[in-house]
Amino acid sequence: MVQQQAEILRPETLIEEFKKNGVTHVITIPDSETNYLYELMLEQDWLDVVPVSREGEAPSTALGLNVAGKVPVCLIQNTGMMEAGDSIRGMALDAGFPLLMVIGYRGWTRRGATPDTVAKYTEPFLHAFGIEYFLVETDSDGARISEAFDLTRSSKRPVVVLIGDEYHGFNR
Amino acid sequence: MIEGLEVFKAFQPHRGDAIVTHSGTAGRHWPEVSTNPNRDLRLESSMGQTTSAAFGVALGLPEEKVVLFDSEGALLMNLGVIASIAGKAPKNFYHFLLDNEMYATTGGQPVPNAKNIDYAGMAKSAGYASTYSFTDLEELVTSMESIMDEDGPVFISIKINPEVQNLPMALRKRGGGRSRPETIKDFQKELGIAAH
Repeated sequence: MVQQQAEILRPETLIEEFKKNGVTHVITIPDSETNYLYELMLEQDWLDVVPVSREGEAPSTALGLNVAGKVPVCLIQNTGMMEAGDSIRGMALDAGFPLLMVIGYRGWTRRGATPDTVAKYTEPFLHAFGIEYFLVETDSDGARISEAFDLTRSSKRPVVVLIGDEYHGFNR
Repeated sequence: MIEGLEVFKAFQPHRGDAIVTHSGTAGRHWPEVSTNPNRDLRLESSMGQTTSAAFGVALGLPEEKVVLFDSEGALLMNLGVIASIAGKAPKNFYHFLLDNEMYATTGGQPVPNAKNIDYAGMAKSAGYASTYSFTDLEELVTSMESIMDEDGPVFISIKINPEVQNLPMALRKRGGGRSRPETIKDFQKELGIAAH
C-alpha cells in the first residue's frame, strides 16, 4: 500500500514545477482525470487558469500570452492535441516560442499494447510534428518537467510532457 | 453594407494607444490606415486562431486596450472561442467582426447560412458585456467613440462589401508589409516587453 502511494503522480508535483518555472497562465480543457489538478490550480494566486472550449484554441491563446510577455502552459488531453494539429503547426511551431504542453496520455499502458487508438497514435503524431517529449508517470519523474521547460526555452519550440498516470495520480 | 476600408477610417480617430490585430481579406486594409504600426500585431497563420491569439494578448496585458478585426469565415472555424472570451471577460477586449458573408479569398463561396446568422446575438448569448450590429456607415461612425469607452468584452458585428479574389494564386498581388515575427519584435520593443 505504501509502495503504491509512492508511485503515483501527485498534482502538487505539477503545480510545484509550474511555479519553479515561472508559469503565469495555464490554458486548459478540464477532463475527468484531471479534476483535482484543476481545483488545485484555481487555488494558486500566482496562476491564472484560462478555460477554453476546444483544444485548438490553446496554442494560439498561448502565443498571445507569450507576445504579452507571460509564460503560458497548455494542459490538454492527447485526443485534443490531435484536434489542435493545425494550431500547433501555425501558432506554436511556426511562431517559434517556448511552450510547454502537458498532455494527458489517455490509453497508455506500461505493457505497450492498448485497445485505445488515441494512445496508439499519440507518439507517432509527435514524431510527425518533430516535437520532443518526456514521459512522466510518478512523482519521481517530476524533474523531467523542468527538463522539458529548459528545452522549450533553449529551442523556442513546443515541448510535450506526456502524463502517463492520469488514471490514478489526479484522482483522489 | 459598408466598405471594409471605411470601417478602419471610422475606428482610427478613436484608437488611442490600443493594440490592433486583424484577420481575413478585409483586414489587409488596416495597415493603410494605421498611424501607430508598432502597436499593430500580425498574429494570423492558422485560420480561426487569430481570435484566440488576440484573446491571449488581452489577458496578458490587461491595462492595454486590445482590438481585433475578425472575419466571419475565421470565427466560424473557431466559434467556441466566444465562450472562452466571455468566460474570462477581459474588460480591455474589443472584438470587431467584418462580415462579408463569404470566403472572399477563395473566390467568393458563401459561408454556411451566410445571410441568416446573427453573430452579435451569438456573442450576447455567450456572455459578452455588450454587442452591436451595424449595416450603415453613419451609424457606425457616430457610435464608435462610445463603444471604445465601454468595458469589454465588446462585440461589434459589421456587414461589409466583399472584395473577392478570383485570380489564380500565382497571379495574385502579395500582401507585403511586415511579417508576423517582425510585428511581434517591434511591438515588444514599443511596450518594453522582454522576449522569451
